[in-house]
Amino acid sequence: MSQKVLLNAKEVNIILHRLACQLIENHNDFTDTVLIGIQPRGKFLANRIAQMLRNDYKIKNVQLGHLDITFFRDDFRRGDKPLEANTTEINFVVEDKKVVFIDDVLYTGRSIRSALTAIQSFGRPKGIELLTLIDRRFSRHLPIQPDYRGRQVDAINKEKVKVNWAEFDGEDSVYLISK
Amino acid sequence: MSELSVNHLLGIKYLNKQDIQLIFETADHFKEVINRPIKKVPSLRDITIANLFFENSTRTKLSFELAEKRLSADVINFSASQSSVKKGETLIDTVNNILSMKVDMVVMRHPNPGAGVFLSKHVNASIINAGDGAHEHPTQALLDSYSIRERLGEVKGKKVVIVGDILHSRVALSNIFALQLQGAEVMVCGPKTLIPKYIDKLGVKVETNLRTALNWCDVANMLRVQNERMDISYFPSTREYTQQFGVNKELLDSLDKEITIMHPGPINRGVEITSDVADSKQAIILDQVQNGVAIRMAVIYLLASKIKQ
Repeated sequence: MSQKVLLNAKEVNIILHRLACQLIENHNDFTDTVLIGIQPRGKFLANRIAQMLRNDYKIKNVQLGHLDITFFRDDFRRGDKPLEANTTEINFVVEDKKVVFIDDVLYTGRSIRSALTAIQSFGRPKGIELLTLIDRRFSRHLPIQPDYRGRQVDAINKEKVKVNWAEFDGEDSVYLISK
Repeated sequence: MSELSVNHLLGIKYLNKQDIQLIFETADHFKEVINRPIKKVPSLRDITIANLFFENSTRTKLSFELAEKRLSADVINFSASQSSVKKGETLIDTVNNILSMKVDMVVMRHPNPGAGVFLSKHVNASIINAGDGAHEHPTQALLDSYSIRERLGEVKGKKVVIVGDILHSRVALSNIFALQLQGAEVMVCGPKTLIPKYIDKLGVKVETNLRTALNWCDVANMLRVQNERMDISYFPSTREYTQQFGVNKELLDSLDKEITIMHPGPINRGVEITSDVADSKQAIILDQVQNGVAIRMAVIYLLASKIKQ
């Protein structure tokens, strides 16, 4: 097994700032916008972006939620292991809001497909956008593309992209792991 | 994630501590789901569940059916009163006929103890016991423990008294197993005639004085007097039962601490508990009903994830 650094902490920080600025370009003061981190790993990226918008760009009303998609996945009973659920925390209605899904890696697109179904339980959004840190562009199973992307990665199926966050894994970094 | 150690839920007796923990954690997520504006998830859209009720039931059946529908399973219902059972068909034949219509899971209530275990040995489907005679009623015990955990933080170390008709109660037996597995202390309290002779062998305390029992406990689970199962008189009159084993507001207020009151329903108001107790803040009877749906969703989801395609 070998691993290669795709992004280090400094590069991750620069990209996060760029993504935050791109969001501001499209969403102004965020009054009609809500950010939704996709559980389990999108949560960290969503928290970071929300924190940046609040602290560095002084945007007051950033609404942030976390969505668990376990019960909406299309691979129930297809894998060896049972699917483990995570917490959903959405304390607002998404009716007529612009929703931004936030996830760390966009791979097959199936998680986002599940999230598109799951979010309907909380109302009918005005529109939905997708922000991902890493876009594995040659691996899609579904016609889903990000609106905001941190870095495009050409990885083959045997390889794995691992995003680490300081608050959970000890450092901000992105690795390409090949077996 | 760990998975359940069993392929059927036949009784609490067959579960271990980790199973109960897993069911509770899964139920937490489903409780959040059933409080959403749209209360449904598509997990079980390719699963068909048959609800076989060979004995009357209202809330358990409703609760199971709702849980199944919230998970998007296809549901078929069967009750013995309108079926070929009356024409002399055996249990295995009835169930195999239903299973040949490609049913994946069976939820069964039956008047005979052990009916679920028997069925699990003879048919090829996941079985959930929704009450078998005076034997077990595992989902009720799970939702009772879950409700205690929700109200008091944890079940471990808590003192729970089960009051009333222990002899005819499947709820009592399942509750004793579930509570002990989680490290709670259990006492049973009721008229001597309604307490099984060797129940202390299960490691429970036995008490015939209600005030002593209530003073000891953190939680009192009040069982219904099951007149329909009583072939002889176990106590002189309902009035005398109420005087000795009924909980009223005065009795609760005279205790030196505030205890939690539970009831599996249906309540005989004025017999086991008075209306003001049933409707008081100390009672978590309606929480139990809501938790019942979440617990049953968790059990069905976890068992369904073990059915291979």
